Amino acid sequence: MWQVVNRYFLLGQAVLKALNIFYCFDSDHAVVKRSVVKTIRGERKIMWEYTGKVKEHFMNPRNVGVIEDADGIGEVGSLACGDALKLTFKLGEEEKIIDAQFQTFGCASAIASSSALTEMIKGITLDEASKITNDDIAQYLGGLPKEKMHCSVMGRDALEKAIAFYRGEPYEKAEGEIVCECFGVTDLEIQRAVQENQLLSIEDVTDYVKAGGGCENCHDKISTIIDQATEDKRPENKKAPAMTNIQKIRLIEDVIDSEIKPALKKDGGDIELIDLDGDAVIVKLRGSCANCKTSQVTLKNFIETKIRELVSPDLIVKEENSDEFNIC
Amino acid sequence: MNSIYVDNNATTKVDPKVLDAILPYFSELYGNPSSMHSFGGSNGQKIRQAREKLAALINALPDEIVFTSCGTESDNTAIMAAVNSLPEKKHIITTRVEHPAVKNMFEHLAQNNFNVTFVPVDKRGRLDLQYLYDKLSDDTAVVSIMWANNETGVVFPIEEISQVLSKKGIVFHTDAVQAAGKVPIDVKKAKVDMLSLSGHKFHAPKGIGALYVRKGTRFSPYLIGGHQEKGRRGGTENVASIIGMGEAGRLALEELDETSRQMAKLRDKLENELLRRVPRSIVNGDTANRLPGTTNISFEFVEGEAILLMLNEFGICASSGSACTSGSLEPSHVLRAMGVPYTAAHGSIRFSLSKYNTEEEIDYIIEKLPPIIERLRNMSPFWKEAS
Repeated sequence: MWQVVNRYFLLGQAVLKALNIFYCFDSDHAVVKRSVVKTIRGERKIMWEYTGKVKEHFMNPRNVGVIEDADGIGEVGSLACGDALKLTFKLGEEEKIIDAQFQTFGCASAIASSSALTEMIKGITLDEASKITNDDIAQYLGGLPKEKMHCSVMGRDALEKAIAFYRGEPYEKAEGEIVCECFGVTDLEIQRAVQENQLLSIEDVTDYVKAGGGCENCHDKISTIIDQATEDKRPENKKAPAMTNIQKIRLIEDVIDSEIKPALKKDGGDIELIDLDGDAVIVKLRGSCANCKTSQVTLKNFIETKIRELVSPDLIVKEENSDEFNIC
Repeated sequence: MNSIYVDNNATTKVDPKVLDAILPYFSELYGNPSSMHSFGGSNGQKIRQAREKLAALINALPDEIVFTSCGTESDNTAIMAAVNSLPEKKHIITTRVEHPAVKNMFEHLAQNNFNVTFVPVDKRGRLDLQYLYDKLSDDTAVVSIMWANNETGVVFPIEEISQVLSKKGIVFHTDAVQAAGKVPIDVKKAKVDMLSLSGHKFHAPKGIGALYVRKGTRFSPYLIGGHQEKGRRGGTENVASIIGMGEAGRLALEELDETSRQMAKLRDKLENELLRRVPRSIVNGDTANRLPGTTNISFEFVEGEAILLMLNEFGICASSGSACTSGSLEPSHVLRAMGVPYTAAHGSIRFSLSKYNTEEEIDYIIEKLPPIIERLRNMSPFWKEAS
């Protein structure tokens, strides 16, 4: 097992090295790196990776329509961008949302996010509704593919706009400066997405707010915004941004699914997250890693490195029933 | 639920006759054709026959066929062979609507000091030939133009272009992956120097392709290795799939007239009925010069992925040029190159037929699709204003 992981690392390093050399050759052309990233991105197939709940809300959307005498109206997106949402709500006593309806042009996750949003805000007060984040919408649906997170952001934006409309306040977006011309995304929107969702790369930003997904001319500006947002955080908090346990678990799961599982699966192994106990990440290894004496090494060197790097440097990894080791 | 598969430009079903022909080569006949013993060597004979059959599909000589692993490898090989054998020339030409196998290779070369011309198309997807001819120069190393477009089915005048290019002595490659088995290809008439084929687009298995290299064309291998394919492509032959591609080529040639007539008839019915039943629907591409089984229709004010998912509920398999399905945030580069407005590009659906599609299947799609569009439009904030 260790050999496999090691091989995986070496291979990864070799690939990185090759790419670096490639970049060096073209150091005059900063574009090279991006186009490589874009090419890889284009290969990803994301279509059917929806949760049952997304599919269910898409096939049977709730609250489709427009409330004629609405108190709040929020319209975001456009035909050119590929998705758009019109949200209307009606208030009852004490600013309680008694009805909410939507119209959406867009893909399955855009329709499902809109449907979820109307369900989430019906019956709560405007104040409560104003605290809903894009992540809440995604979680309501059991999660969205990363590339589709912008659908949840669109829902949140429409809600904020509708609330601002009701309160007669100017909508924040207007105050920002357009960074991404292709999708009309402002610096404030990008900043906010980066801060709220701990985004680290241009690709992340594109997934959440679409910025940078078109002509790519704004990539330098997006990089600067990401750098600034990261720097802003550093002085006040040297450690990773404070996360709730739920957020931490979710992030650990993501890292296990996207970074660790594929490596272990190459050798027929598998890993499952059992629990998070303080800073201890309890996992269970399966398949060919499960009975392997060297799995302790694997855990320490590979899984822990990944989890510390991508989640939090304080975490330690432990295997469930770790005293029972057999020899491979 | 049975699938209704109308996504044959993506891939096709392996013809049962092809499957029968290749199965023994996975089990008892597993020899390496390069071996001295007759157990392996006799497979060499089978590969020769497959090469002859595939050559016949495009009226080439058997020796002009190089088997590869896929269409992409064929495209990459052809382009790199051309630029490597003419190192002093730094100008290369292609179109704005190529498959990624060609498009991304040209973009890659553009970042490695090549001067690239992307020939535009008009709003019906037809190539601007004058633009192409004006850009030809002594510095031009290669021109690569697809025979037929995978998204719209538009067929380019390869024979006409080849006459101009061969007079100037410019290397001409064509990606005929979508055309083979659907329209006649004759390399004696269309004087291309290299031509790419992919097995799984005409009922052979996936993982097998071929590159036609005209006798006398300067060539350098892309995969450097053993003596296989006369040193033009190293690597032990994919015996079973080569035999399958030969057999599929033979069947495609034999059935070409009949299947293309049948596909065109069903495609036309599907297209005409959908246009008639669904308001604000538009065909993308030049209907006068098109592959027989392909239609690309935009349903305005709805989004393609949503349509596909709802079709999927009925077992109907198609594809879309919308942003959400292209893996990026922008709709297909082909539709954008044609200047298809965003209102329509996001809602484009490609239906691509094969010889296996039946009239009942087409009728089923005609019945199921219009209500889906209506349902999604009623959900769309733009529809009421537009209608």
